[in-house]
Amino acid sequence: MALTGLQIYKLLPASSTNAEVKAHANCKECGYPTCLAFAMKLAAKQAELSSCPYVEETAKAQLEESAAPPIRLITVAGTAKKLEVGNELVLFRHEKTFYHPAGLFVRVKDTQPDAADVAKAVNDYQVDYVGMTLGLDGIAVEAAGGDFAATVAAVKGVCGLPLILMTTDPAQAEAGLKAAAGSTPLLCCATADNWQAMAKLAAQYKVPLVVAGNGDLNQLADLAEQVKGAGVEDIVLDPGTRGYADSLAAFTQLRRLALKKNERKVGYPILAFAGEDVVLAGQHIAKYAGFVVLDRFDPAVAYSLIVLRANLFTDPQKPIQVLPGIYEINKPGPGDPLMITTNFSITYFSVANEVESSGLPGWLLVADAEGMSVLTAWAAGKFDAERIAKSVKTTGIMDKISHKRLIIPGHVAVLMGEIEEELPGWEINVGPREAVDLPNFLKTRWG
Amino acid sequence: MPGIEVPKEKWSGKVREVTLGATAANGGTRSRTVTVGGETTLPFLTFEGTIPHPPAIAVEVRDSQPTDWPSLLIEAWNGATQTPGAWARAAEASGADLVALTFSPSDRLNAAYARQTLREVLAATGLPLVVFGTGQADLDNEILVAVAEEGKGENLLLGVCEEKNYRTIVAAALAHGHLVNARTAMDVNLAKQLNILIHDMGMPLERIIMDPTTGALGYGIEYGYSVMERLRLAALQGDSMTQQPMLVTPGEEAWRTKEARAAEGVPAAWGDYATRACNWEVLTASALIESGADIVILRHPQSVKRVRSVIQALMS
Repeated sequence: MALTGLQIYKLLPASSTNAEVKAHANCKECGYPTCLAFAMKLAAKQAELSSCPYVEETAKAQLEESAAPPIRLITVAGTAKKLEVGNELVLFRHEKTFYHPAGLFVRVKDTQPDAADVAKAVNDYQVDYVGMTLGLDGIAVEAAGGDFAATVAAVKGVCGLPLILMTTDPAQAEAGLKAAAGSTPLLCCATADNWQAMAKLAAQYKVPLVVAGNGDLNQLADLAEQVKGAGVEDIVLDPGTRGYADSLAAFTQLRRLALKKNERKVGYPILAFAGEDVVLAGQHIAKYAGFVVLDRFDPAVAYSLIVLRANLFTDPQKPIQVLPGIYEINKPGPGDPLMITTNFSITYFSVANEVESSGLPGWLLVADAEGMSVLTAWAAGKFDAERIAKSVKTTGIMDKISHKRLIIPGHVAVLMGEIEEELPGWEINVGPREAVDLPNFLKTRWG
Repeated sequence: MPGIEVPKEKWSGKVREVTLGATAANGGTRSRTVTVGGETTLPFLTFEGTIPHPPAIAVEVRDSQPTDWPSLLIEAWNGATQTPGAWARAAEASGADLVALTFSPSDRLNAAYARQTLREVLAATGLPLVVFGTGQADLDNEILVAVAEEGKGENLLLGVCEEKNYRTIVAAALAHGHLVNARTAMDVNLAKQLNILIHDMGMPLERIIMDPTTGALGYGIEYGYSVMERLRLAALQGDSMTQQPMLVTPGEEAWRTKEARAAEGVPAAWGDYATRACNWEVLTASALIESGADIVILRHPQSVKRVRSVIQALMS
């Protein structure tokens, strides 16, 4: 946990018991008038400890320790893509944001004849969501009695995404690591029985290692400490839970221990298994997994989970915006209605969704209102007559329609006169306040 | 090596318990009642508190077969959507805890029609009822007053009360011993404020459910999700006016999305339509249950079964 300014002050020269160090108290060489001022800046992360040449080694170690992230950032890499997870700072997304979206992996077994085909399908899977191209993150190859190394090699040959190598047999693990050369897979896993050998491999091949527990967090923490003691810094935790309630409890406790208790022994991302259960995978995404392993690749499942993940990992301070411009709904023709709204994603989706589900064709102009909803943007001067007129004039919509009628949101009815001045010859219609009333409005008022 | 100590929060607050429906012993005709709320910790964290009642599943039943629902959804009910009575029976058979009778705007909708529909549904199912109007203020005030009178003794959950239209519905619920559903637009303070306004009319807090509104997966679910987490945290921290159980409508939201409606003309990456459509409702509902929902209103019978099994797993 981060130290407070006063705690840091106690580690700086002004507080030192060593006379030589104390001689540099408030020396200003760091650029701040006193050690206390410097400490406050350090606590606020507005200064670097390296600015003080006199800080003692023991103090330095403590300060650096306190500055380390409570949940270690772990990087895995395939031949074409890498994935970073961890470094999370909050329990609830509204407190700040969730930073690193959980990686979604599909498990294949080395006894599965189509392992490479599945890997290729996962590798190639891409889906567009609000203008972002998203996909899955990797393949977990499990040793199940087949040729593990050959399967790893085959998967790596067709899939540039990161791999998880699943075996508890150190000899197989080493064969798999060799087959995965050129990438940084996640090795899974070290258990109470094999941890020495697995830790040795992880250190030798410089790959992160999963520490698998038996459901008891104390046992998990102790095992992780032993693995760390054997020279492995990059650790991922599998607490051993496989259900809803036990996983929720264990993952929540691990996140709380790392963030609220600064418990370094468990300050690592979590690996979770969801089987073929899309809802359990959803829980893992929302509640604290860094890696989620699915047992089957199904686009209908992948898409819904990718969207859930995109939603929950959206920064609450920076809402998703849609690109300003023209959106065609239900293949509109030149005579169909023209509506305008703002580029706040929820506003856009509310309007687009209502019109779309009504089956009525229409043109939706999305004005650049800096990602605000209609009322907020209007109040902030980001959705005024000038901006509305600009959208009409600059998007090229006038070349696509044969009329000069524009429906504006009911909440900005007051802008009607001004817009008519900005757009001479246009008829401005005041639409409903709520998107849900749009289909009825279009049916009854357009024609 | 010293052991690690599992951090437990010491919450001072508790969600209120609210009971829907009334059996003969309490002047109603329901075969059972449903109590929600009472949590003393965040959703399903039973290592530090109690979750006395599982979240309840309501199935939305319309007074007439909707014309704007995807056929996948209508067909799943095997013809039961033809009449509200048959639909309510099918809802009960699907494993629902509650039937959410919802009126659609139409020319024939008036007080007499609403009374008759309510009688039909009450006769068809023994489950406690939620009764929602159309969302149009004038119409709702007319039909919900009639429903409140007709359903006297049944301890119905009446809605939708919104800031711009709650007085008539609350007064009717007060007069005939019902509960009300207070809906606000994804905002902690608005939710609190409407609870206060309704409580100020004399409605006991044990008869108010709050509905913070949600978006579907992909369409703003993160706003509803976070508002519900914040409301539940506030409730547990002792903020009295946020301690109402929460109801949300993932069925309605999910089945409005293109993902749940469009079988064709969508990217191949969206996958099989039926699987995706049901996943959309189930994932939306489950995420909201894990952020604090006490009642979810669903539409597809398969979703009822799947969400039920999720709730059972979370409660075990």
